[in-house]
Amino acid sequence: MSLDDQRAKRTSIFEFANPKRFMDASEGAIPWLAAIAVLTVGVGLFMALFVVPPERYQGDTVRIMFVHVPAAWIGMMAYGAMAVASFFSLVNRHPLADVAARTAAPLGAVFTALALVTGSLWGRPTWNTYWAWDLRLTSFLILLFLYLGYIALWNAIEDEILAARLAAILALVGAGDLLIIKWSLEIARWLGIEANMLHQGESIFRADGPSIAPIFLWPLFLMALGYTALFLLLWVVRIRTEILERRTRVLLSREA
Amino acid sequence: MTAFWSLVARDLRLATRAGGGALLALVFFATVATLVPLGVGADLKLLGRIAGGVLWIAAALAALLSIDRLFQNDLEDGSLDLITLGPLSLETVVFAKTLAHWLSTGLSLTLLSPVLALLFNLPERAYFALMASLALGTPAISAIGAIGASLTLSVRRGGLILPLLVMPLIVPAIIFGSGVVDAALDGRPNGALPLLAAFSVAAVLLSPFAAAAAVRANLSG
Repeated sequence: MSLDDQRAKRTSIFEFANPKRFMDASEGAIPWLAAIAVLTVGVGLFMALFVVPPERYQGDTVRIMFVHVPAAWIGMMAYGAMAVASFFSLVNRHPLADVAARTAAPLGAVFTALALVTGSLWGRPTWNTYWAWDLRLTSFLILLFLYLGYIALWNAIEDEILAARLAAILALVGAGDLLIIKWSLEIARWLGIEANMLHQGESIFRADGPSIAPIFLWPLFLMALGYTALFLLLWVVRIRTEILERRTRVLLSREA
Repeated sequence: MTAFWSLVARDLRLATRAGGGALLALVFFATVATLVPLGVGADLKLLGRIAGGVLWIAAALAALLSIDRLFQNDLEDGSLDLITLGPLSLETVVFAKTLAHWLSTGLSLTLLSPVLALLFNLPERAYFALMASLALGTPAISAIGAIGASLTLSVRRGGLILPLLVMPLIVPAIIFGSGVVDAALDGRPNGALPLLAAFSVAAVLLSPFAAAAAVRANLSG
């Protein structure tokens, strides 16, 4: 089999089965996701800026929380989505999983960077410093580097099938390592090796209920919903674009 | 077992002879360590305090310096294909090559470290901690580096993106490794040492599977 034949055989998988069904299903979902994102972020931002009172200790800076916390959630969630997609890409060899993992990475990187930037802007008035080598901050910075490494690996390898396999391995190794990093920073703090701990502990998902007032909770919930919808929307659009791009390439290579 | 050890011996010979990375890693280690006092100032008290962290980072960088060639040269001259035809599974091959890499870099970096610690005015009570942590932790660096090397095998200038992939992954080794030295400096009970050992064992045992999967993908691609 010549090299061209091989390539055509490989890429032509995209014409069959799931990508087609995905394209049909996702087309209908786009306007709904967009509507949810616009509505919830709109109402959430309005509440965050005008309805929520200034907090007792932090004053108006508390409003940064509403853009910061959901960004951090999505930054982590995107890596989870990427790792799950990578797992299916390795086990099932499903091309849609490759595309899903690849397209989630830049989105996750942007949300992670957003969480880092808004966090440090909030840190300056509150902790009197833009940055501290604290548990959460450090593990988030490393999460950003993991995203960047993953994207770099995808871009460095021309053969898409090979790139997908290798990037999937990296994503899974990174997922395992991310857990160890979080855990090791925690232990380092416990051992007293790493002294700084500025970031507050968990205040929303707690066994005894959220430790923040309901008036703050509502806009936060709306913003989280909106960010999730926005992430899903952008993700679906990126996956669709990638599939269309690959189809175009297949068609062009046939013509040539 | 003979095949395993002959592969280790072969890689060791390649690393120590002309064009190998073993001596280069040592010189790099010494050079990076020399640059630090020039950068942060020659305050011996400060240098003694930061010696553990600085030497750990310098050792990790030095160990990673030649790791991009772990499989690259063998792929280029075809010996990797021959080795995979041999009796060893690819996972065992990766393990053997990682072991040879550690013997030629990590071990010799550990042996050189007290000399550099002397230049950094590291207090005597921390010497054992420094050498023990490097001896225990550098195998993890070689093992995770092997994953990076296998992932970048078909990248033309893989050495450029390899550090980007590997450095976030070796963070626990750096935290615990320099933590061991710090604990010894402060005279605290050393809880970081068993954790460093645990991370190292996990990395050495698990990374051959990830690296072998990546090498296999590269060979079939």
